[in-house]
Amino acid sequence: MELLRDILAWGLVLGGCFFTVVGAFGLVRLPDVYTRIHSAGIVDTVGAGLLLAGLTLYGGFTIVTVKLLLILAFIFFTSPAACNALANAMYSAGIKPVLAKDDEGGGS
Amino acid sequence: MPSEPSQSGTNGQGRRPDRAAHSAALLVAMLATWLLLSGYFEAFLLTLGAMSCVLVVAIARRMDVIDRESFPIHLTARLLTYWPWLLKEIWLAAVDVTKRVLSPRMPISPTLIDLEATQRSDLGQVIYANSITLTPGTYTIRIHENRILVHALSREGAESLAGGDMDRRVTALEAG
Repeated sequence: MELLRDILAWGLVLGGCFFTVVGAFGLVRLPDVYTRIHSAGIVDTVGAGLLLAGLTLYGGFTIVTVKLLLILAFIFFTSPAACNALANAMYSAGIKPVLAKDDEGGGS
Repeated sequence: MPSEPSQSGTNGQGRRPDRAAHSAALLVAMLATWLLLSGYFEAFLLTLGAMSCVLVVAIARRMDVIDRESFPIHLTARLLTYWPWLLKEIWLAAVDVTKRVLSPRMPISPTLIDLEATQRSDLGQVIYANSITLTPGTYTIRIHENRILVHALSREGAESLAGGDMDRRVTALEAG
């Protein structure tokens, strides 16, 4: 039982690490600032979510669990606000997003 | 429903009965937070904690910041069904964006799309806009007069959002 819980916890932590790395990878790879935000979005939802879920499981259900869940809740409430502030500022400053042309993309 | 007091009303005439319930809920929430975060259960510290909570509620009442918008207890029950659905959407969207980012061809088609938000209250529109942003692959750039400007990483993402499923769910959440 103990072993099973540890395996599951490590799986979640590694999953969180994977998505965080993917987010960082996309940040480098995507073409402009508007698309790069999408990549950052993976980090602060699924990346942080899986990492904290794994830590919660690993630590057992104590008073620390409550704090971890609160951290998760705060991330979920604040990160969209930060993202919107950034996007709105870029848009207001007149930075134009790179958009798909009609004859390309949408291929998958 | 039509007789509902205005959401942005500043003089609290229409929502007096609401205020007691909201104050009580705020007090309970703060006491619970104090207990869970401190982890101390000695009488002296508990008393100090309770006094702090009562003081904060009193100040918040004087400032008139306790209302449906700042403390939406009327949504609590319906949020419990909305959140699991949102988490599922976030997961599916994150996997989709991950595939696009890792694929050698990188099949992205960045799209701007203007959507209608059918929610009546500001709170409902903020919940909708934030849900869009939380879902990887789409985020809100701005809200203006019930129109939401969204940037999507792929045309498919924009189309599924334009299908309006999330919009309907948030409207149902808000109205109930």
